[in-house]
Amino acid sequence: MGKTMAEKIFEKKAGRPVRPGDIVVVPVDWAMGQDGTTPLAIQSFEEMNGKSVFRPDRIVFVIDHNAPSPLESVSRLHDLMRSFARKFGIRVFEVGEGVCHELMMSRGLVVPGDLVVGADSHTCTYGAIGAFSTGIGSTELAVVMMTGKLWFKVPESLCIRLSGELPLGVFAKDVILRIAALLGADGATYQAIEFHGPVVERLSVEERATLTNMAVEVGAKAGMVPPDEKTIKWVKERTDRPFEVVLPDPDAVYARTLDIDCSGLVPQVAFPHRVDNVRPITEALGIPIREAFVGTCTNGRITDLEVVAKILRGRKVHPEVRLIVAPASKEAFLVALERGWVRDIVEAGGVFVPPGCGPCVGTHQGIPGDGWNVISTANRNFRGRMGNREASIYLASPATVAASAVEGEIADPRKYLG
Amino acid sequence: MRAMRLTGRVHKFGDDINTDYIISGKYKFKTLDMQELARHVMEDLDPEFAQKVRPGDFIAAGKNFGCGSSREQAPRALLACGIRGVLAKSFARIFFRNAINCGLFVVECDTDKIENGDEVTVDLEKGEVVNLTKGITLSVPPLPQVMIDILREGGLVNYFKKYGSFEKA
Repeated sequence: MGKTMAEKIFEKKAGRPVRPGDIVVVPVDWAMGQDGTTPLAIQSFEEMNGKSVFRPDRIVFVIDHNAPSPLESVSRLHDLMRSFARKFGIRVFEVGEGVCHELMMSRGLVVPGDLVVGADSHTCTYGAIGAFSTGIGSTELAVVMMTGKLWFKVPESLCIRLSGELPLGVFAKDVILRIAALLGADGATYQAIEFHGPVVERLSVEERATLTNMAVEVGAKAGMVPPDEKTIKWVKERTDRPFEVVLPDPDAVYARTLDIDCSGLVPQVAFPHRVDNVRPITEALGIPIREAFVGTCTNGRITDLEVVAKILRGRKVHPEVRLIVAPASKEAFLVALERGWVRDIVEAGGVFVPPGCGPCVGTHQGIPGDGWNVISTANRNFRGRMGNREASIYLASPATVAASAVEGEIADPRKYLG
Repeated sequence: MRAMRLTGRVHKFGDDINTDYIISGKYKFKTLDMQELARHVMEDLDPEFAQKVRPGDFIAAGKNFGCGSSREQAPRALLACGIRGVLAKSFARIFFRNAINCGLFVVECDTDKIENGDEVTVDLEKGEVVNLTKGITLSVPPLPQVMIDILREGGLVNYFKKYGSFEKA
C-alpha cells in the first residue's frame, strides 16, 4: 500500500514503517522560535534545568514579530533571546532581517525531506519545498533544544488537486482562501495536506508558500507540495546541503481527495472575523476601507511586492487609506528597491515598515482605529488580531489589496492587470 | 502525581475560539508574567470574563477550540486566570498539545449537553464527564499514553525533569 509524503518522512526519521495514528519519537532537522514564543521556551528550558542544547547549528531564533521593539519590556525579552543564543551558539536573525518562515526557506536552511518544528503556527509554510514542518509550543521547543527530538502522531493526509488554469488577476492567495471556504476552519484538523495538480506545478516556489502557509488556517498539521525540478533548482541556488527529495507513492492512500478546477475562479475575500468566511470579490466591491496592509509570511515576498508596485505605478493611494507595506525579508526589500518598486509604492502614498511581521499581530506599526475596515494580505482576520477589537479585517491577495488601496474601497484587481 | 479528576463550574463559548481571543497578541508579546496576561483572557469576546472566573472553573465550547496561533501563553493564561480545564467538541492540534504540556485538562465531549453555569466533573482515568447539574454522563475518547503521562506529572516541564526523554516514560 502506497504512502503519503508525511508518512514517508516520518518513516525515514523513525527508521521503521509507520501508519497514520502511530506515535513516534523522532529527531528533527531544525527547530525555530520567534520573539513571541522563544522567551517562554527559554523560561521552560531553565525550569527543566537545561544545561546544553542538542545541536545549536540547527536551532534558529528570529526577532520579527515585534521588531524593532516598541516597548522596554519587549526589549528585555529580545535581550533574553540574544543572551541565551550567545551562550549556546544559536543563530539569531535580528530585527529587520525578515519574517521567520521566509528566512528558514529563502536563506537555504530547510531542504526537501526535512522534519522541522517551529514555535509559530505558520511553520507549516516549508512544505512548499517538500519538508514536513509544523508549529509547536514554547515548552516543546525547550525540549527539542535539549534533546533534538519530539513526539508526533503520524497524520493522515488530505490530497487537494488543483486543475485548470488560474485566470488573470487570480493568485495562489485566492486559491487558498477558496480552499478555506470549502474546508472550513477545522476541515483538515490533524491532517497533512498535499497540494497536487497542474495549477500547483505552474506556481513558483514563493507562490506555493502562500498555499502551504495557510494550511494551519484549516487546522492542518502541515501543508506540502511534492518537490519538482523547480523546487530542486530553487533550493540548490540557496544551499550546498545535500538532500533527498521525498515524493508520495503513486498509490498513496489519502483520507480524502478534493478536486478544485481553478479556471473559473475569481478573486476571493475573507470577511470578518473568520478566515473561512470567504466570498467572491463581486460580493465585497464597494466596502470602504481605511487601512491596507501588504506583507507577512503569506504574501510579503518578491512576487507580491511586484504586483503591488505594478498596480500602484503612476496612481495614488486613496486619501482616506493608509497603505502599509512590510517586506517578508531584507532580500525582498532590496529587490523591490533595485527594481524601482519601492519608489512606485512610496510615490503612490504607501509606507514601508521594516522587513518582519509588521502590524499582522497587533503589536505595532499600524494598529487600526475604531470602526476601521482593513484589507490585508495576512492569513488571519480574527477580531482584535491587529490590536483593536473595534476594527474589521478583510483578507485578500496583494493585487486586491493594492487595487482597494487606490479606490478606498474593496476593488477588483483584474481591471488593473489587463 | 496530579489528580485526574476535577469538578468545576462551566463558562460556555461557541465554535472556533482562537488563541488570539484567549490571549491577544498585543498583551502576550510584552511579558512572561502570566498573572498579568490572566487579566486579559477572552477580552476581545467578553471584556468582563477574567473577573467572572472563580478558581477551578471550566470552559465548555463548540468545535475547533484553540485554533490559530501556536502561543503557549493561551493555555498558561487560562490556568493563571483560574480555569482548570476546557471541554469542547474538538480542539485545534497545537493548542491541544500545549494545554496538556501546561497541565490544563482538555476534554473532547458533546458540549451541546452542557450549559453556561453547569457543574461538571471531569474524570480522565475513567474517560468521562459528568454533568452534575443535568445528571448526564458524557464519554471522552482516550488520550495517547504520552499525553496521559504528561498530564499526570502536571505538565511537560515536570515530566521532563522526571524522565528526561519521551522514550523513558
